[in-house]
Amino acid sequence: MKKKFKLIDLDCANCAAKMEEAIKKLDGVNDASVSFMTQKMMIDADDAVFDQVVQEAVKCIAKVEPDCQVVL
Amino acid sequence: MDRFTKKQKKELKRIGIAFVLFVAMMIAEHTGVFPEEGAGRWLMLALYLVPYFIVGQDVVRKCFIGIKNRQLFDESFLMTVATVGAFGCGEFGEAVAVMLFYQIGEFFQGYAVGKSRGAITDLMSIAPDFANRESEDGSVETIDPDDIEVGDILVIKPGEKIPTDGTVTEGSGLVNTSALTGESVPRPVSEGSQVISGCINGESLLKIRAEKEYDDCTVSQILELVEEASSKKSVTENFITRFAHYYTPAVVIAAVILAFVPPLLSGHFAAEFGDWVLRACTFLVISCPCALVISVPLAFFGGIGAASRNGVLVKGSNYLELMANIDTLVSDKTGTLTEGKFKVAMVEAAEGYDTNEVLRYAAAAETGSTHPIAAAICEACEDPIAQSKIKDLLVTPGKGVTASAGRERITVGNRSFFETEGIEIPEAAADIAGTDCFVGKNGKYIGTIVVADAPKAGAKEAISEIKKAGVKNVVMLTGDSEDVASSVAASLGITDWRSGLLPQDKVKAVEEILERLRAQAGNGDRKRGRVAFAGDGINDAPVLSVSDVGIAMGSLGSDAAIEAADVVIMDDDLKRIPKVIAVARKTLGISKQNIVFALFVKFLCLALGAAGIANMWVAVFADVGVAVICILNSMRMLSR
Repeated sequence: MKKKFKLIDLDCANCAAKMEEAIKKLDGVNDASVSFMTQKMMIDADDAVFDQVVQEAVKCIAKVEPDCQVVL
Repeated sequence: MDRFTKKQKKELKRIGIAFVLFVAMMIAEHTGVFPEEGAGRWLMLALYLVPYFIVGQDVVRKCFIGIKNRQLFDESFLMTVATVGAFGCGEFGEAVAVMLFYQIGEFFQGYAVGKSRGAITDLMSIAPDFANRESEDGSVETIDPDDIEVGDILVIKPGEKIPTDGTVTEGSGLVNTSALTGESVPRPVSEGSQVISGCINGESLLKIRAEKEYDDCTVSQILELVEEASSKKSVTENFITRFAHYYTPAVVIAAVILAFVPPLLSGHFAAEFGDWVLRACTFLVISCPCALVISVPLAFFGGIGAASRNGVLVKGSNYLELMANIDTLVSDKTGTLTEGKFKVAMVEAAEGYDTNEVLRYAAAAETGSTHPIAAAICEACEDPIAQSKIKDLLVTPGKGVTASAGRERITVGNRSFFETEGIEIPEAAADIAGTDCFVGKNGKYIGTIVVADAPKAGAKEAISEIKKAGVKNVVMLTGDSEDVASSVAASLGITDWRSGLLPQDKVKAVEEILERLRAQAGNGDRKRGRVAFAGDGINDAPVLSVSDVGIAMGSLGSDAAIEAADVVIMDDDLKRIPKVIAVARKTLGISKQNIVFALFVKFLCLALGAAGIANMWVAVFADVGVAVICILNSMRMLSR
């Protein structure tokens, strides 16, 4: 499944790249992108673990940029 | 002040207060209000810490969260370490200045990027906000576009956006397609016409039957594409990402070495350590690659935005980069360079007849036929003979037609048809590539009509503009005969063409060109010139995929073409190609300027910093100032 999420207060382009890298490494993720320009995150992950992956991704984002929020 | 968000306003206030306090402290320090030694020194530190925390609290907080999360090498961490280092060395003023200017730079970056993002989203504000659905009893309700079902009747009032693709069932008028195609001339629609979502209705009321759900309609597809475009990264962007990955750790390690090694080697560790720590802090301030990490993708984002404003969708930054390096443009003929529709190109009359007469008789005989040539002749005829006068129509498929109009007996057909009918054709027949269609009356030849697929209006200018834009070769591919190909090529100023090709031959032709370019570049695939293929996108999928960049023309509303191509030209105007090449060149140019400028300034400051010539003030400029300049440079992409 592929889904997009809006990000609020994603303030630094370098952080976006770091988030992307971290999310791509999560188990069950086929592909992921964090776009600084559109302030969006795309996650493509296996259906069975999708919700879990999203939770993990939110944690990754909080780690890199604590102020950044994901609109679920 | 509406230009700023709430968060930005708060930051601006903090920066302002901190700036005033900082200036006051600087004046106090330099006018000698504080004694150099003892308690005065501590008081000064405490007072300097006030503006430091006012402006830098977020940074320090983020630094600690970063340490907790093991995210070292992040900007906040580096800035905090650098400023704490400066405080430690007694350079209170510089510590506060670094934090202050860092925050000013951050604020400006955020503002500039937000603004450019806004400019592009506005541009893409083609998404409809609502739809008016008419129920069976005639009442109209406003619904969310997502709730549209196929078959719904939607009412579109003057000035409203068409919410989904559909067919007009009632009303006629003009719709503005400029948001999608860049074309400023409105398109006339009437009952039965197809309309596309995102277009704006003109002055009249239209009712349409929805033919697609919102998720499948043209607007949704376009928005999807543009959003995904920034995730397909160009070589330049990937270079920056890789560079950033190594640059920061490398500079930090260099800073640590710089702080400890020289004082240890000199033997006066205690005396010199402070000075070298200060130099190391200078390094830390320069170590953030922000200028590049933000400005290069911003330039590409702006480039994709500029292209879409010109009615061209570029499906990824990588394709924009390739467009800037096109060596050879391969183009399909029918439908791309030509209209893809037969038209009467020339009428020749035998002595004693005029061309109008020839057309009239020919049209009379061809009225019943559905053949494309017949349609072209009928369309060209301005005052046709009344249908009621035409009798005895007899069609010989693949050859010609006979009919009587009043008392005249008309024959229209090709050469062999005239031979079987026993009508002689004079030697001096028309010599233009296309399909000759002879016309006879009462057993005598009266003229020739040449029907051809005419080149598109403006195609010739477009080709010369493409060449001017730096494309070295333009090659035309066609399944048509050599005669037709050479005449079309000549009229368009194309010197290289291949005719009589089957679809698989087109693939081969493109592969040959690729091979040649590889050979030219010494077998290197990376450095060779790029090949773009332009076609209508419908039957070209294999060719689109072998070429470096596949360009689909006239694709508004065609899902298949949008899917298959890398660059989608919404209408069928060839002149969009040189425009996109220009946009691509400008994007790449700006990215390169930014990379060269930022790296030059940073490395220069690193060298001067290590030598102790550049202090932290210079370092802050190298970091924040360069970032701001690069962002401003990238924002030029948005202004066109």
